[in-house]
Amino acid sequence: MTGLEALTVAKATATRLSKVRRLNALLTPATTVRKALVAQAKAAHPSGVLYGMPVAVKDNICTLEFPTTCGSKLLEGYRSPYEATVITKLKAAGALIAGKANLDEFAMGSSTEHSAFGRVLHPLDRTRVPGGSSGGSAALVAAGAVPAALGSETGGSVRQPAAFCGVVGIKPTYGRVSRYGLVAFGSSLDQVGVLGRSVHDAARVFSVISGRDARDNTCEDRDPLRLPTVPERLEGFVIGIPKEYFPVDLHPGVRRACDRAIRALKDLGAAVRDVSLPHTAYAIPTYYVIAPAEASSNLARFDGVRYGNRAEGVTTLADLYRRTRGAGFGAEVRRRILVGTYVLSSGYYDAYYRKAQQMRALLAQDFRNVFDRGVDLIFTPTTPTTAFKAGERTKDPVAMYLADCFTAPANLTGVPAMSLPIGRVKGLPVGGQFIGQPFLEDDMIEAAYALERAISATEEA
Amino acid sequence: MTAAWETVIGLETHVQLATASKMFCGCSTRFGAPPNTNVCPVCLGLPGALPVPNELAVALAVRAAAALNCAVHGRSVFARKNYFYPDLPKGYQISQYDRPLATGGNLTFLASERGLVRAGIVRVHLEEDAGRSLHDRFPKATAVDLNRAGVPLIEIVTEPDFRSPQEARAYLLTLKQVLQYVGVSDCDMEKGSLRVDANVSIRRPGSTALGVKCEVKNINAFSYVEKALTAERDRQVAVVEGGGAVTQATMLYDSKTNTVRHQRSKEESKDYRYFPEPDLPPLVLADEWIADQRGTLPELPAAKRERFVSQYGLSQQDAGVLTAERAVADYYESVVHAGAEPKAAANWVMGEVLGDAKEHQEALRVPAASLAGLIALVKGGTLSHQGGKRVFGELAARGGDPRTVAEALGVIQVGDTGVLAQWVDQVVAAHPAEAARFKSGEAKLMSFFVGQVMKASKGKADPKAAPKVLEERLSR
Repeated sequence: MTGLEALTVAKATATRLSKVRRLNALLTPATTVRKALVAQAKAAHPSGVLYGMPVAVKDNICTLEFPTTCGSKLLEGYRSPYEATVITKLKAAGALIAGKANLDEFAMGSSTEHSAFGRVLHPLDRTRVPGGSSGGSAALVAAGAVPAALGSETGGSVRQPAAFCGVVGIKPTYGRVSRYGLVAFGSSLDQVGVLGRSVHDAARVFSVISGRDARDNTCEDRDPLRLPTVPERLEGFVIGIPKEYFPVDLHPGVRRACDRAIRALKDLGAAVRDVSLPHTAYAIPTYYVIAPAEASSNLARFDGVRYGNRAEGVTTLADLYRRTRGAGFGAEVRRRILVGTYVLSSGYYDAYYRKAQQMRALLAQDFRNVFDRGVDLIFTPTTPTTAFKAGERTKDPVAMYLADCFTAPANLTGVPAMSLPIGRVKGLPVGGQFIGQPFLEDDMIEAAYALERAISATEEA
Repeated sequence: MTAAWETVIGLETHVQLATASKMFCGCSTRFGAPPNTNVCPVCLGLPGALPVPNELAVALAVRAAAALNCAVHGRSVFARKNYFYPDLPKGYQISQYDRPLATGGNLTFLASERGLVRAGIVRVHLEEDAGRSLHDRFPKATAVDLNRAGVPLIEIVTEPDFRSPQEARAYLLTLKQVLQYVGVSDCDMEKGSLRVDANVSIRRPGSTALGVKCEVKNINAFSYVEKALTAERDRQVAVVEGGGAVTQATMLYDSKTNTVRHQRSKEESKDYRYFPEPDLPPLVLADEWIADQRGTLPELPAAKRERFVSQYGLSQQDAGVLTAERAVADYYESVVHAGAEPKAAANWVMGEVLGDAKEHQEALRVPAASLAGLIALVKGGTLSHQGGKRVFGELAARGGDPRTVAEALGVIQVGDTGVLAQWVDQVVAAHPAEAARFKSGEAKLMSFFVGQVMKASKGKADPKAAPKVLEERLSR
């Protein structure tokens, strides 16, 4: 790509982004994005591997070009004085930061209905949700506005919206990608992830943002991931199918799509085996102890003292905290802070937090047991259903939480996972999930390349 | 009234580690910078920022723990201590909780009544400091200075091993001495680099059960330690003797009124909701690395004191004075190594050197070799003790070679018989009556004549050589 072409791409991207504004997926105003894209295209170094590639960024990742709001009133207009390591890496590779994507407030949600700046519409059916919390990122990619976008995962927030919107979503191994500049939700679970139009688009961006960072002590001292080549066949791959991910009440369309994908994997030469991950059912309860516990502490800094929006006319310190946080945080964020505060409280810690950590170890052991017996990858549905209707689950938090039941185990155990579209049911996309071994994302991506070519993602299952 | 009660005190001491940068970021730890200038996204707690541990801080903490005879653990865990306060930028302090860096140590100190007492050290753990809230800068508002936020600290917790406020103070002075020796901290209480909270309870002498304790905070100078603890002890005694019972509480010491006042009761105490810090993996230290840190420890004050007694023949008291500060002890040894006789060197260092240092910002102004040379001149009779002091003053102020300075000052003692004879002749001629009495057997007049020779020579005559010349002259 030449400099002139990069400029053309930048302008075309700005136009495409303004055409999908009705989705409410982008929080950055159209004119701001256009100016920023043009400026970046002129400055970008042509030798970068992502030169000229526009990448939208979930608005909980700090950028210098745009405010970082986390979808919260409390941080409306907040500008970070520094940028996230992943952003620095993207820019160094020549990518263009294409504005900030809408999200559930502080990445807490599975439908992107919990944004202080309004819900995101599903690109294929505006009455439905795009999934969440990286719903803005998924919708922008699905609508064709950008080839890839950054999201973040704590319990499935990249894979679940990727599945709902029919795009590819990668959740790296915990420690593969720097979290520096990702506004923390559940620090032991959080990873920056990538949504892409294709396996290749997602994998290229993932490769660039991966690797060591001296600013993040939980980021492993490893080289960036080397992209695998696209395989013709999957001979030699052993793929495990865990029965716990195919319960009797699984959406029949999702089951059909998965069965078709499993047949395709066999046809590609992979050995498919039934396996068991016996503690899977405990993943969601475990997740909803650990994630809120960490969140209650991570979100304590939003107190109105140093930055963000402070309640006016306060007279006492307690009043400052109460009113700033009461008015600044939405209902779902407040709910999780309360739950998290409760489970860490003296006298309850052992019953909840400690127990959840023990369960987390059992979940990790489940995966090790399967991988130790010669299984290379696990294949499952990404979500139990296709995209649901807006408003359908907002009154029932538990129903909303169950949307992450197949994705949360990978976050709790740190293993890598990705979702790719494997067909449609009544016009709505279905996602298939590969779960891999720690730091062996290349195996997962290789299998995804082959499966992507073997099936039609837009065909009814 | 206190004789009927035994005081039991345990101490929690926060010590700032002597690093140039903060615990989890690269910001300077310099004291006294303009407010909020030594800050960055990490220590400001900005969204998305993450902590990275300071290796030197860990090393210093390990050295401190080793100096306190603790078991240093190869695996310890950082934990978050959660509470809201404007000078706590993240809403939590990164500390250590159920898996501290080190446990089970001790420190021996000299108590006035019980002699040498070994105080148990429960734990030493690493943590970061909070910022400072300034309540007196702006009317009706609190200002926050985050320069101190993230400065590395260790917390040293003792067993309830002190039996009086005096013992608590003696322990603290010993602790300060050890930590300064090891180079872990400057332990300057006035700058806040050493802070102490005390748990105080009382019980009947002979009882082994512990009474209900109260924590005393805000003791911000060494001189307040005894006062604050005495105030709290007296308060508890008054409560109990008045028929009441002590209830667990946190008390604040007010140095202006020398009283303690109630801050909060146990029921009002905060629930810190500790949990393992997910942004930091467990702190894993290799055994060899811990051993290396132990290996860097200098000789500690107690061992040095004993060695000074046995090696240099000094008294316990003199050895104590000379080893109180590592710089003074090292200086003393340099003087001895430069050839000075150990006892004379001790007297010079404790007298002239420390006296001069006190007036000159603790500077040891005369180089050790110069002092050794000066001591040799006095010892050899070239200088009188008085002359030596004058030379010392000159060396301290302007430097130079001791003999050259002594010559310039004209204080070199004259031992040459020929020169002495002239003064002797002069003195004998001036005091014929005394000379006659001496000749008739009044030997004690010798000191009179020596004095007269010294006077005549303006102090230059060697008082050891003069009697011989006098004897010879008067016996003629």
